[in-house]
Amino acid sequence: MRVLSKGDGPPLVFFHGPWGLQWDPFLDELAGSFTVHAPEHPGTSPGRPDDIYQLDGLWDLVLCYDELLEGLGLESAAFVGHSFGAMVACEVAAAYPGRARRLALIDPLGLWREDAPIVNWMLLNPRDLPGHIFRDPDGDAARRMFAPAQDPEAVAMARVRLVWAVGASGKFLWPLPDKGLKKRIHRVTAPTLLVWGKEDRLVPPIYGEEFARRLPGARVEIVDQAGHAPHLEHPEAVARLVRDFLGQ
Amino acid sequence: MKISAFHLMPYRELPSDFETRYESVWVTPPWWELADARRVGQYYNWTLDELLYAARCGFDGICTNEHHQNAYGFMPNPNLMGSILARLTTGLNVAIVQMGATLPTSNPPIRVAEEYAMLDCISGGRLVAGLPLGSPMDVNLCYGITPMEHRERYREAFALTLKAWQAREIFPWNGRYYQLANVNLWPRPIQQPHPPVWVPGSGSVSTFDFAVEHDVCYCFLSYSGARSAKSMMQGYWEVAARKGRDANPYRAGFLQLVAVAETDARAEELYARHVEYFYHKCLHVPGPWFSPPGNQDYQSLVATTRNPVRRPENPKDLRYRDFVEKGYVIAGSPATVRDRLKEEVVNGLHVGNLMLLVQIGSMPHELVLENIERLAREVLPHLRGIWDDEGWVNHWWPQGLRETTAPPVTAWVSGDAR
Repeated sequence: MRVLSKGDGPPLVFFHGPWGLQWDPFLDELAGSFTVHAPEHPGTSPGRPDDIYQLDGLWDLVLCYDELLEGLGLESAAFVGHSFGAMVACEVAAAYPGRARRLALIDPLGLWREDAPIVNWMLLNPRDLPGHIFRDPDGDAARRMFAPAQDPEAVAMARVRLVWAVGASGKFLWPLPDKGLKKRIHRVTAPTLLVWGKEDRLVPPIYGEEFARRLPGARVEIVDQAGHAPHLEHPEAVARLVRDFLGQ
Repeated sequence: MKISAFHLMPYRELPSDFETRYESVWVTPPWWELADARRVGQYYNWTLDELLYAARCGFDGICTNEHHQNAYGFMPNPNLMGSILARLTTGLNVAIVQMGATLPTSNPPIRVAEEYAMLDCISGGRLVAGLPLGSPMDVNLCYGITPMEHRERYREAFALTLKAWQAREIFPWNGRYYQLANVNLWPRPIQQPHPPVWVPGSGSVSTFDFAVEHDVCYCFLSYSGARSAKSMMQGYWEVAARKGRDANPYRAGFLQLVAVAETDARAEELYARHVEYFYHKCLHVPGPWFSPPGNQDYQSLVATTRNPVRRPENPKDLRYRDFVEKGYVIAGSPATVRDRLKEEVVNGLHVGNLMLLVQIGSMPHELVLENIERLAREVLPHLRGIWDDEGWVNHWWPQGLRETTAPPVTAWVSGDAR
């Protein structure tokens, strides 16, 4: 697995969302206080698309991250995750409670409520994606993620990277993002912060309450003026929340 | 040439504003608003009668297929239809072409191997075993198979199926997706070593690579006609040559929509609204559903992203005359239809196994019978001999039926059989 690392301080592992890893201003903010390790989900590293086929299911993925932490020499670390990555962070924390020192989950997937179905983002028309990820589909955060390149080859490969990353996360989420976390989440011992975009149009904020109900002592912070990726729309403010929580 | 009648069995009475009122013909069309179970019972019986009629008229094969949760074609299990047809065509030289039961959605997939073996036994060895990958709408959306696993499951299920038909000993299967301690099919197919295998596809390069590698018949199920399929099929034949296969036209099948009447003008009168119904309503599916992320393997994803298939037009903007002119549908007088089929499809694509979609969209029962009869009487006899002089053997046709050139038996089909 390829891991992007930056910063100084106690270790922090960032689990990226379904659209692949981009080093963004939020991670820069965290790197000011932590040594941030951001692994690329199997299959999403450049030149290694078929790595995803080595994993048969979620249990393989959890073991894979456990081995990664071992490889990085981290007995335990702060876990921060977004969306699909937050679900993986929570799964690893449930499987190996000692691995997660503290847990900050940003709009996590992993639970399912029939009264609040989660939009299947894998079936959205690409042109509707920014509107589902961001409160403001025309804002800076959306532009950073979907930056229009000039070179047609670069445009094509950016699209390939995005679609393949979504497909690789879909291996563990399709057709509903409930793969049994509810049966394991009680094993999590790490103090947990749940950060939610107030206008998340993919995973409604009611899921914050659902996670908090199953994680005794977890705290929910709602971020105004933000959609499914509040850390990208408000990197400084969300980094401050996370930093303050992890520093406690 | 082997020419089969193909039937999707669409819902024939969708409202005129269907495509503007509803999101899709697949997954979301509301049953309770749109359909009626008694009426649907009638549809199934019409469909069976229409395919049986095609068999009696002299078509070489009759084709059923599997789709789920939609109003475009709703035979959720083609083998239920195929078993009735196998029984009712006893004594006829007609192939039971299952196009077919979908492997990744059958769990364990030896269910397909078993049912096909049943059909081969019931039909006396007349089965063509279509082994489709299945559409993303059916497999991923309706049956919940993860897109990233769709092709892997298919390849494993395909290998298991072929082995299950042929193994002399009981064997265990320890696969990634399927685990069986004892595989020992009862019954086995009459046809040995196994029934002819057809792999349908819709233009995916990795599927025709697979078909060539496994030496099976690749069937392009196209609704856009032969002209738009030309470069794709050329690609198929190039792959076949590169992998050391001969240019036997029976390695390829093609589906073509066909509507015939006394004259071109009469065909327009009879079929125009049904053709438009098919393209405007039956194919009403959001684009992203055709390829959820992960459904294409990485190489195909790179290829199609670099060179996206540019649809020259949106079928919803086209009308009957456009569909006919552009070859989506071959419609008109018998002379028009046979000339265009011969030139554009059979010779144009170098195809030996032709499938004709004889019931299009909302076509009512009587009109379907008329279309079938006219095709059998005035079109098929002019096509059937193509390729004969080149001496190719159709290895992908039931062996017992290869030599027969069943004459159309029009003398009696116009009477009681209807």
